[in-house]
Amino acid sequence: MSGTDGEIQVKLKVNGRMREVRVKPNERLIDTLREKLGLKSVKMGCLTGECGTCTVLYNGQPVKSCLVLTAEADGKEVITVEGLAGSDEMRRITEVFARNNAFQCGFCTPAFVLLAYWLMKVKPKATDEEILEASNSILCRCTGYTQILQALKEAISRV
Amino acid sequence: MQEEKYLYIRKPIPRRDIDKLTGEAQFIADIEIPGALWMKLVGSPYPHARILEIDTSEAEKVPGVEAVLTGKDFPFKIGHHIRDRDVLARDRALYVGHPVAAVIAETLEAAEKAAELVRVKYEPLPYVLDPLEAMKPDAPLLHPNLGEYEHLPFLYPVPGTNIAHKFKLRKGSIKDGEREADVVVEEEYRLPMLHHSYLEPWGAAARVRSDGTIEIWTSSQGPFAVRTQLAHSLHIPESRIVVHYLYVGGGFGAKSDLFLEYLPVLASMKLNGRPVKLILNREESFYYGFHRAEYIFRMKTGARKSDGKIVFHKGEYIYGTGHAADLGSLLGNTIGWLATGPYDIPNVWIDSYTVYTNKPTTTAFRNYTHTELWFAFEQQMDILAERLGMDPVEFRLRNLIKPGASTLPTGQQISEDWGDPEGVLKRAAELIEWGKEPEQPREPWKRRAKAIVMAPKGPSMPPNITTSAIVKMNEDGSVDLLTGVAEIGQGTLNSLAMMVAEELQIPLEKVRVYGIDRDTSNTPYDWETCASRATFAIGQAVLKAVDDLKQQIKQLASQILRVDPSSIEIRDGKAVVKGEPWKALKLEEVAMGYTFPDGHAIHGQLIGRGSWVPRRTTGLDEEGRGHPLEFVTYSAQAVEIEVDILSGRIDILKAVAVADTPFINKILALGQAYGGALMGINVALREEIKFDENGKILNPGFTDYKIARAGDIPKSIIVEFLSTKLLHDAPYGAKGIGEVFLGGWPAAIANALYRAIGVRIKRAPLSPERVVEEIKKQKPDLLENIVKKLGGE
Ligand code: FES
Ligand code: FES
Repeated sequence: MSGTDGEIQVKLKVNGRMREVRVKPNERLIDTLREKLGLKSVKMGCLTGECGTCTVLYNGQPVKSCLVLTAEADGKEVITVEGLAGSDEMRRITEVFARNNAFQCGFCTPAFVLLAYWLMKVKPKATDEEILEASNSILCRCTGYTQILQALKEAISRV
Repeated sequence: MQEEKYLYIRKPIPRRDIDKLTGEAQFIADIEIPGALWMKLVGSPYPHARILEIDTSEAEKVPGVEAVLTGKDFPFKIGHHIRDRDVLARDRALYVGHPVAAVIAETLEAAEKAAELVRVKYEPLPYVLDPLEAMKPDAPLLHPNLGEYEHLPFLYPVPGTNIAHKFKLRKGSIKDGEREADVVVEEEYRLPMLHHSYLEPWGAAARVRSDGTIEIWTSSQGPFAVRTQLAHSLHIPESRIVVHYLYVGGGFGAKSDLFLEYLPVLASMKLNGRPVKLILNREESFYYGFHRAEYIFRMKTGARKSDGKIVFHKGEYIYGTGHAADLGSLLGNTIGWLATGPYDIPNVWIDSYTVYTNKPTTTAFRNYTHTELWFAFEQQMDILAERLGMDPVEFRLRNLIKPGASTLPTGQQISEDWGDPEGVLKRAAELIEWGKEPEQPREPWKRRAKAIVMAPKGPSMPPNITTSAIVKMNEDGSVDLLTGVAEIGQGTLNSLAMMVAEELQIPLEKVRVYGIDRDTSNTPYDWETCASRATFAIGQAVLKAVDDLKQQIKQLASQILRVDPSSIEIRDGKAVVKGEPWKALKLEEVAMGYTFPDGHAIHGQLIGRGSWVPRRTTGLDEEGRGHPLEFVTYSAQAVEIEVDILSGRIDILKAVAVADTPFINKILALGQAYGGALMGINVALREEIKFDENGKILNPGFTDYKIARAGDIPKSIIVEFLSTKLLHDAPYGAKGIGEVFLGGWPAAIANALYRAIGVRIKRAPLSPERVVEEIKKQKPDLLENIVKKLGGE
């Protein structure tokens, strides 16, 4: 829907709630989430689609929110780590991430937490190769990934 | 080593900073400062140009713009070690990207729009990008007034040149060495400028409060370093500056000192104290940020045939610092005194130069010049060994420093409690199965080989650098720990909490550590999180503070229980009389002092304090003599690689790292090892800031500046911590480990490549393009033979 000032009204479901925002046609989803909806867990590492720290679950799939225009997100569903609070999955993720030292500075961490959640929900039988493949979309400069990969594996293994 | 009985130390205790998982952790870009204005910088398009005129009138008309500042607004130079930086370029811009104007506006959008409307007239000037060219007598000068710059006493700028600092080190006589040498190797090695690639772009915000206090929020590894250097640079007393602690999304040295904090500070001063923030994006981090310098090492090293001993080493080490040398001067120093690595060499002659070029400026990079020097020195070692016809491990063993007997080239004695360099080398050799040739792959265009290098870390820190800690008891018997350490991901706060819980024998949950809820005005001083020193130095201050607290508990308990303080021990959250366990006081009963049954009270809250300052170090004199090191963490690293001769791609099949230090927390220590190793390997294989011939960066983003992904980790990685000796004053013997694992990978990989295909690459990175290019140059028959073989099959 186009307004008179060139702004567009967009309706999207964010962390389980319907939200309405007015955005410029070229506004990126990352900016809408951070600036208009206050979801600061969505990090801005590059804005060129390389680092993955802006990853959100977009209609259930991990997607880089700096590559999505909010205008395209009309009617879509977005989940950020703020939306996982209190869930069983988040309790388990917290436990396996802390136990494995799967984060250091924490800047890439919300993205990897979402990846863990996605694996648990959508790919609970993912093989090590599939986990590695999925992890390739998020950069981490601190950990060397070994402990993150271990945490992701443990997140989906029910031992 | 005897069996240790610890409650927490050495255990894999889970991290407690889980607010990083939920998005609660706030980084500079996440905090809201009401009324904050945005700053946007305008950079020079020329590597060197006179600024003739800056027209800001159009920019000022953009709605929302509050001010457009230029160099004229700040007619002074800043800098801590050497005052060589303009706030905004004044008469001349010194590199592509050099900020010449700053727009301040209500919104980022308005600031961006206005920045594009700032019109600058330049007159291009001759420029110099290569450090060797910059050292020539006729090179264009970046700082013609170098001789007049104020600097710290231990720096030696050479006026009339681009040499910001010259360091000399002399030991023995090179002539004597040359006479004894049977084999002499003379080589030149080069490493390019790097982007630290912290994932969080740097940012800061500042405001001036009505009482004149300057308040700063910054993504910094060293809030106190920012305070000190800003105070010194701007001639403001430290007490007027308050720097807030924040989560920092990676630093790796780039955020260890004053960054651009002075820009929002000075802008806020001009705007009646209104808050101003400057948050860089990734491209700006490349242009306005601080990088790892480029290095050139020229080395001439001689050894004797009879016993394989190195008899002399002569080096010219050049540190290309970019347009400003503030911190580079110290780094130029460090490559100087590290000169000969962990080897005992009788005759040494080193000149190290910190050289200006028309490029962005540089600063510390994780492992503070060690990785770079090892790239050169450890290749030099393999070349020497080959010329002597000796096994490279055997050759190193013959030349390693001997704890207790050898000295550094600076004259400092190698302390026995630093550990066992021979032990780490031998262990790494075992783990990589040295001597057993790797099985060659079936494809004729692929070859495998191993190599092994020494990569110790001797952290350099100013000899008078101090840190302190406070532990205070709460009503419920819990303890709050307050230190100045910045948490940048390494997990020091977790380790420090473990120490407090260990010493007081209380549950870990009863120790609360101040994290980001601190600023420099309510926190004891700490220099900064760098030089692998957090656990080592702050740990000692914490242990002293806990000890102080324990003495107070014992003193108080002894008055109440009417026994001698020495007969009281602290365990299980109680002060107990030894041998009479029924005589005990819970810590909560004494935490706030003790109240007798009649209501009479004594002592008040128990607060322990402790300070630390290096014990073993001194400054270095003009010939490089002195004691630069508190300790060395010895390390050896080994690789098995597979090189694809056709594509030039190198895969790391196995990486081995051995470090001689016990750790505080096992999983945190492993995290430093894995992270350091992958960074070091990536630095070896890929990383380089590329400049075009006009000094413009060709790869200012992660699209073309590639950092490692999960799929790039070595097929197998083995990390081992030895504890041959416990360092005398280190907490539980633990030395720093934050940097040592970045270590020797570039050198090890270069040596392995040579052992695989006989091609020696003395220039980092060993990218596929470079490998192919060098194969064509050095071993064209290799390719031809493969092509023939393939054709023949
Ligand atoms: S910010 Fe979106 S991929 Fe880096
Ligand atoms: S933990 Fe720092 S970038 Fe991943």
